[in-house]
Amino acid sequence: MVLSVLLRAMAAMALAGGAIIPVCRRHSAGPWVYGTVLAACSIAFAAALAHLSSGAAPLTLTLPLGIPWLGAHFRLDALSAFFVAVVNLGGAAASLYAIGYGRHESEPLRTLPFYPGFLAAMNLVVLADDAFVFLFAWELMSLSSWALVMAHHRAEGTARAGYIYLVMAGFGTLCLLLAFGLLAGSEGAYTFDAMRHGALPESLQTLVLILVLLGAGSKAGIVPLHVWLPLAHPAAPSHVSALMSGVMTKVAVYGLIRIVFTLAGPPAWWWAVIVLIIGGATAVLGVLYALMQHDLKRLLAYHTVENIGIIYIGLGLALAFQTNHLSIGAALALTAALFHVLNHSLFKSLLFFGSGAVLRATGERDMEHLGGLIHRMPVTAATFLIGCAAISALPPLNGFVSEWLTFQAILISPDLPQWGLKFLVPAIGAALALSAALAAACFVKAFGITFLGRPRTPHAVAATEVDPCSRGAMAFLAVLCILAGVLPGLVVDALSGVVRELTAGSSLPAQSGLPWLSLVPLSTARSSYNGLILLVFLTFTSTLIAVSLRRLASHAVRRAPAWDCGAPDASPITQYSAGSFAQPIRRVFGGFAFRAKERVEMPEPGSMQPARLHVQLRDHIWDIIFAPIQKAIAFTTERLNTLQFLTIRSYLALVFGALILLLSGLALWQ
Amino acid sequence: MHGLAFDVAHLLSGSLVLISLMLLYQDRLYSLLNIFAFHAVFLAFAVAWQAFIQRAPHLYVTAAIALAFKGIVIPVALHRMVQRLGIHRQIETVVGIGPTMLFGIGLVALSIMVMLPVTEQADALTQEDLAFALSVVLLGLLMMVTRRNAVSQIVGFMSLENGLILAAAGAKGMPLVVEISIAFSVLIALIVIGIFLFRIRERFDTVDVHVLDRFRGEQP
Repeated sequence: MVLSVLLRAMAAMALAGGAIIPVCRRHSAGPWVYGTVLAACSIAFAAALAHLSSGAAPLTLTLPLGIPWLGAHFRLDALSAFFVAVVNLGGAAASLYAIGYGRHESEPLRTLPFYPGFLAAMNLVVLADDAFVFLFAWELMSLSSWALVMAHHRAEGTARAGYIYLVMAGFGTLCLLLAFGLLAGSEGAYTFDAMRHGALPESLQTLVLILVLLGAGSKAGIVPLHVWLPLAHPAAPSHVSALMSGVMTKVAVYGLIRIVFTLAGPPAWWWAVIVLIIGGATAVLGVLYALMQHDLKRLLAYHTVENIGIIYIGLGLALAFQTNHLSIGAALALTAALFHVLNHSLFKSLLFFGSGAVLRATGERDMEHLGGLIHRMPVTAATFLIGCAAISALPPLNGFVSEWLTFQAILISPDLPQWGLKFLVPAIGAALALSAALAAACFVKAFGITFLGRPRTPHAVAATEVDPCSRGAMAFLAVLCILAGVLPGLVVDALSGVVRELTAGSSLPAQSGLPWLSLVPLSTARSSYNGLILLVFLTFTSTLIAVSLRRLASHAVRRAPAWDCGAPDASPITQYSAGSFAQPIRRVFGGFAFRAKERVEMPEPGSMQPARLHVQLRDHIWDIIFAPIQKAIAFTTERLNTLQFLTIRSYLALVFGALILLLSGLALWQ
Repeated sequence: MHGLAFDVAHLLSGSLVLISLMLLYQDRLYSLLNIFAFHAVFLAFAVAWQAFIQRAPHLYVTAAIALAFKGIVIPVALHRMVQRLGIHRQIETVVGIGPTMLFGIGLVALSIMVMLPVTEQADALTQEDLAFALSVVLLGLLMMVTRRNAVSQIVGFMSLENGLILAAAGAKGMPLVVEISIAFSVLIALIVIGIFLFRIRERFDTVDVHVLDRFRGEQP
């Protein structure tokens, strides 16, 4: 019943794009399409939440579609239900936002047809129960999001971003295809049900893990496969960026969880090592890249890379505990990872909405051209601040809870028997702490430079607050961020069904009955967290301080010149800039992480020219991995090009040579 | 399988390989065509012998077709073409006769090495037959690659096709319909190729395919 409601919602969504657009006139189509998608997403979200909270048995459905003898299998278990809820929550928020934001699109028809299909495809990936439907939906998701990325195809860099995205998406799908081929075995058991019961030899299992990490990881944006992500995500319209960053990467995480935890069979302990190292590297490098960015949307996209790293750390810990049958640890780590999936989808969508609002109001993405927006866009600024605090893992917001849970899982890692893990996990913990601190620095920069200070350009002066729909969507997500942070017990309880399914029966103790809405993952003796008390305390103390300051301080308003570093020229350009903010961190990490080079150009004595500071950053990963691949492909194709212009006899000779080679191979191989 | 049947079959298909090798070093067109006719005649004998020992009367038809078309009609037609084209001169081989022969011998060895282990389940006659057939095919291909004159490339192609028929006759069971349709398609191919030969000659005053390459601007 629930499953068929979900599938019908998907069908309605997909039809929305095809049916409404031709009927409506050009500019009225947007609200209708987004409205329909909003309704479908809300229904799907409610259905998934109902299934998740009822704890009902998995539902299955087979439709006579796709490959004739296979059909299309769908299944709604707790894991799918959770991800359906995440996808549709993000989808509903993005649709609400887009009702307002979409009006300002210059060419809405480049976005509208693909948007519903993109959401429906993400839902189908999560609901799929055989390899064919999964891969079909996965590829549909990639292609429709590619079309959305290319919506502003004339903008500079979009064509390159789309091309790299398409190549990486094709590579990822190929890896997943091969992984499913291995899982299906020689008999071609392509349903997930058959894969769950099949047993693979360990060498093939390892190969499956590597292929899935490449395939699902490239979509999620793990280092070093992240190169497409910061190019493609910002290039799309902002509501689509929010979906790609907040939701599509989660679908990729789902792919990893589905295959590694439920299909590939019992994991080996060193899988955890691989996943943990990838997670740690992704988290630290993602945030370091983000710090160097001055483009608001690109900064957010790099933060997606960082947060995927945090989720991978949680999953790696879960694998480590699971192989050692420490089921409570596995449950804790999985809860942390899934909680972070939800959190990231909330605050990253919120932040992208905020950046979209700024983009709409000023036409600028570069922070160096913004500033002072808090007075002109108060609602956007407030919600963006909540998002920044949440992604920086500040209590009492939701980001803190999931990172705190991850740290709790790291703290019980001495129970692990393998010495490799005993040493690795604390190191990963340090990396996680570093990335959290750097993220906080990064969002101080993002918020401070964009919203505080004085406007740096006329565009920023002329900014106005965005429309009510967009503000509503941002406020909705901000409230959810606060609620999930203050009442984490409810989320943890909702996740317990998913965790039980993945760890064969164990989950964290029920949190909803605890006094004062505390969160006690293991036992009160070890650790507990109470968001509500913290919120009350913070509200109380800050109110107290504000009131006492008002009472005790002078009431007279005093206006004085702002401190201007001793320069008499009060131009807004003399303000602290994003580049200035990042400089100390660039000096510390830039040398080895980016081969950063600074060059100061001092004018000759007597010259009237300004001094200039040039900063050059290089992406190591692009230089080491992708540039050589690019060069090798270019070289090979250049050489193979001559094959186009051979004589008939040379072609015959080639065929003959190939035949002889194969026959000799056959003769020698026997 | 009694001894005599095996020995004769062996002798006939072996001589087919031998004639294929002889084709490789013919450097005059007339002698090449004569040897090709000889090739077809031996093919007809080999297939007829297969018909006799397998008691498969339809293979006699195959043999008759091979004898009539490939042994007589095609060589005569090609003879007349060569006469009308006026190319009785020497053929240039690309690699040179010594290396070509050595390579041809290597191909025969290769096909025996490939075929004998692959067909271990089959009886000895089929094994030998398939190995010889493969060497005839490879030698035909080699001839097409090494020759530069269009007529000798046609001969290479036809001898390759002879190898296929030998394999099919040995494998007990090529239906007659297939055999006849192949024979006719070969004949049609001959007609088409003949027309093309004259067209090429009209255009370029030669049937040396090297000139075609030059015309395409690939080689100076």
